[in-house]
Amino acid sequence: MNAKAEEFDKVEKKDLFASGHRACGGCGQALAARLVADAAGENTIACVATGCLEVFSSPYPDPAWRIPFLHSLFENAAAVASGVDAAYKALKKGPVNIIAQGGDGSTADIGFQSISGMLERGHNILYVCYDNEAYMNTGVQRSSFTPYGAKTSTTPFGNTTRKKNMPMIAADHGIPYVATAAVDDYRDLQRKVKTALSIEGPKYIHILAPCPLGWAHHGELTVEICRLAKDTGLFPIFEIIDGKMTNVRKIPAKVPVDEYLKVQGRFKHLYKKGVPSKEVAEIQEIANQNIERFNL
Amino acid sequence: MLKQIEGSFAVAEMVAMCRPNVISAYPITPQTHIVEELSVIVGKGQLDAEFVNVESEFSAASVVLGASAAGARAYTATSSQGLLLMSEVVYCIAGMRLPIVMTCANRAISAPLSIWNDQQDSMALRDAGWIQLHAEDNQEASDLHVQAFKIAEKTSLPVMVCMDGFILTHAFEPVDLPEPKEVDAFLPPFKPTNIVDPRWPRGIGLFADPRFYHETRYILHRAMEKSGKTIKAVSAEFAKSFGRESGGFIKTYNLKDADLVIISMGSVVGTIKDLIDEFAEEGKKVGLLQICSYRPFPRKEIYDALKGKMNIVVLEKSISLGRGGILASDVRWSFPRADKKDRNISSFIAGLGGRNITKDDLRYMVEKVKKEPVELEFLGLNKDLIAKKDL
Repeated sequence: MNAKAEEFDKVEKKDLFASGHRACGGCGQALAARLVADAAGENTIACVATGCLEVFSSPYPDPAWRIPFLHSLFENAAAVASGVDAAYKALKKGPVNIIAQGGDGSTADIGFQSISGMLERGHNILYVCYDNEAYMNTGVQRSSFTPYGAKTSTTPFGNTTRKKNMPMIAADHGIPYVATAAVDDYRDLQRKVKTALSIEGPKYIHILAPCPLGWAHHGELTVEICRLAKDTGLFPIFEIIDGKMTNVRKIPAKVPVDEYLKVQGRFKHLYKKGVPSKEVAEIQEIANQNIERFNL
Repeated sequence: MLKQIEGSFAVAEMVAMCRPNVISAYPITPQTHIVEELSVIVGKGQLDAEFVNVESEFSAASVVLGASAAGARAYTATSSQGLLLMSEVVYCIAGMRLPIVMTCANRAISAPLSIWNDQQDSMALRDAGWIQLHAEDNQEASDLHVQAFKIAEKTSLPVMVCMDGFILTHAFEPVDLPEPKEVDAFLPPFKPTNIVDPRWPRGIGLFADPRFYHETRYILHRAMEKSGKTIKAVSAEFAKSFGRESGGFIKTYNLKDADLVIISMGSVVGTIKDLIDEFAEEGKKVGLLQICSYRPFPRKEIYDALKGKMNIVVLEKSISLGRGGILASDVRWSFPRADKKDRNISSFIAGLGGRNITKDDLRYMVEKVKKEPVELEFLGLNKDLIAKKDL
């Protein structure tokens, strides 16, 4: 292992995203935000979209951030970060890590356009999506990342559409780096953040961040649920470097989706007296397709 | 140096001399010529700035927000639907106290679609916490931009320079453009104090719960009211440095002896002055009070200037639907209750969606209000069109 790889493989704990914030117990997003900030280091500006992360980490007068934090609106984190990038170029300041970050709603839906613009224009920005598969901050409404079958407060009988595939959409902008990660694997997540930040240009990292409140699972299961999401094939882990799919995580022992679904209240309605409905078979089919497509 | 130049180009050249670090814009008629020319100036290397072509006005406003928060002098320009699309960011920029300058090439609002001039767009955002300055002609439009950056950076408030779309943006007029070194002497480099920088980590854009929010709005309102002093001081300093009057709060024309005063803002003021000259030749005493700073609103200046003036008519290119003239209600509010009861303040809406406002229209208006005050009237309505069922 060379020095750079060794450096990238180190788990960082700097508390740049400090404790004492107001996230729920077991919040995947809080964990992810800390891992991202600590991997990025002090020389970083966080441009954060409105949402859970912003609300639980930035109440006046005691924000949890020990790096510069900039928040404006729900749908413009990528555009605001573009402005920071332009300012740094124009003022000949830096280098600095600029990380735009938001949840799945601000990434997949309302902020989709500004992210596409940022990626297309070639800004030197890392965009991090914390994907908890619904609008948790407003009370668990469906987003276009909500998976098939999941119950939310606006899909009370289960979501009828499949999840939007944002990593592939980001990759199709022709950007140099795209990766997926989950909060169960600190080392992998932080290595990807460090890798991304070592590359000039727009980067996109998609992090699975379970939400105990919205997914209706016990807080202590957040990490375990990530493992199940990966081992069922429902959340493929990979990198796309210069357009080439690489470092695809092989599933050591494939797990039926049942095991993932049964620990979450949002899928409870798919089982009547323990008997899986036809939607469960559909979800298994989604997992099978992922396994085939990404060769998991 | 006096130059025969299109209004948009005069503004672009002046903005370039103000040395913004970041310019971001999205095309919308009639703003386009301003940002096209700036992209040429940046592209040729005559201005060392980042020009960010974005995918919407929403992002244009967001880019200048981010740039300003990172310490850059930032500029954008828009119009009409573009300004409305920006509106969420427009409020945010003011709340974050970012000294951004924006040109609004005033244009009507859909529906129906109209690319032509009125002032409904900037009026729709009058309460956002931006200083709004209205230009009478292209000389003033150009001059107001250098003042705008200075006012914005002195007050930590964003400034919108409003110029009538097409009537000014696309009109060729002689404009006296200063030398870059004169602008440099007037406008020192931007020295921001509250920025995102890893050397001094801080949070910008924190949320405020009910214990704090109320006060933030009060502080912003107070800053807007206080900015009037700066607007006047910068206008005076401009006059001293460049040798001509531009900007400020209000301007008057033939007001002293007038027994009827027209209040208006923007390019229509030129037509009004012509008519006032004609009236003067006819021995009729009509005066003008022209508003340059619409926000903060020059309430006290209007009151002081119009002491003893009992007949007033407000002419404006926007309307609060279901309420009436917006500028007219601002003017009516400028007089204390005790003083107001004897005053006749008429309200006319004119020139919506690019309809020409002619001297004949204005003459009709003056003759009418001399007979009796008019609560609200749309000037020059085509009654045959209104009778048609398909409009």
